[in-house]
Amino acid sequence: MSDTLSAATVMITGADGAEIEAYLARPEGEQDAAARGGVVVIHHMPGYDRATKEMVRRFAELGYDAVCPNLYHREAPGAAPDDAAATARAQGGVPDERLVGDVAGAAAYLRGLDTSNGKVGVIGHCSGGRQAVLAACHLDLQTAVDCYGAFVTGTPPPERAITNLVDQLPNLKAPLLGLFGNEDVHPSPEEVDELEEILKSQGATYELHRYDDAGHGFFAVDRPSYRVAAANDGWERISEFFGNHLS
Amino acid sequence: MCTYTTETARMNGSAKGPGGAWFHVTDATVYYDHPVHAMADHTLNIDLADPEKGPGARVALELTAASARDLVTAIEAALAAVPEDMLT
Repeated sequence: MSDTLSAATVMITGADGAEIEAYLARPEGEQDAAARGGVVVIHHMPGYDRATKEMVRRFAELGYDAVCPNLYHREAPGAAPDDAAATARAQGGVPDERLVGDVAGAAAYLRGLDTSNGKVGVIGHCSGGRQAVLAACHLDLQTAVDCYGAFVTGTPPPERAITNLVDQLPNLKAPLLGLFGNEDVHPSPEEVDELEEILKSQGATYELHRYDDAGHGFFAVDRPSYRVAAANDGWERISEFFGNHLS
Repeated sequence: MCTYTTETARMNGSAKGPGGAWFHVTDATVYYDHPVHAMADHTLNIDLADPEKGPGARVALELTAASARDLVTAIEAALAAVPEDMLT
C-alpha cells in the first residue's frame, strides 16, 4: 500500500466504440512500479459522484490501478453527477448490454497500462452490484464484488425495467465476493440464500458475508445507511479478496 | 436499493431553477429512489425539466414518501378549491 497516488479524468473507449469519460486513480512511486492488478469501479444509479471517486482513489491506495467509467457520459457529458443521473433515468437508464461494453472497455484500458499484470476485477454497489455480477458473467475478469446488488436473484416486479441474472449466472467464471446487510429487503436474506444456492450448485468460487445491524447501502459514508462496523469489515474483505485474486 | 421504475409526464409550466432563473418546463420524471441530498434511504424524487436545454435545466425535489403524499393532497385540495371555469 502507498499513500502516493495520482487521480485524473481520462477518456476510454466503451461500448460500441464510444469515447466516454472515466475517473482513473493509480499508485505512484518507485515501490509501486511493479506489475499490479486493475479494478473497474461501477458507480451506482445516483451517479459518477464524489463518494464513488473516493472509492476509486482508495483502490489506488490499496495498490491497484482503478478506473470508474461514467455510465451517463453519453446522455449528459460534462453535467453535474446528479443532473446526469436524472437525465439518464428520464431516458430509460443504462441498458445491460451497454454496461457490459463499458466495463469491457474499462478493463481493456487497465490492461493497456504499463503497470498491468493482466488481471482485472470489478466492484459495484447497489445497482452497481448487480452490474458487477452481470459484467463477470460476460467478460474475462479475475474477480467480482457485489455489494448489496438487488435483482441478481429474486423476482423484480413486472413493471420494473430490469431482469434478474439467474439465467446468466452459469456463465460466471470469476470468483465472486458478495457483501450484504441482513436488514436489507432488496436483496433480502432469502434472495442472498438463493444466490448462494446457485453458486454452490454450479461449483463457483465465492464468499458471501452478511452483516447484522446493516441494511442497504451500508458502505455509503454520506448516507443515513452508513454502518461503520459493516463497512470497515467489508473493506477488509474486499482488500483480502482482491489480494488473493488480482496479484 | 436502487429502484428502476420511473414515471414520466409531459408538462406545461415554468420553474425557477439554476441561478434563480425561470425556465419553461416540458417534462416531469417521478421515481422513488436514493436521494442525493435529503437525509433518507429513499425519497420520492421529482425532476421538472426541459431536456432540450440540457441536464442542468432541472428543478429537483426529494421528499419522504409521507411528504410526497401530503404534497399530492395539498395539490388536489388547491385545485378542488378553484372554480371549474378558471381551470385551464
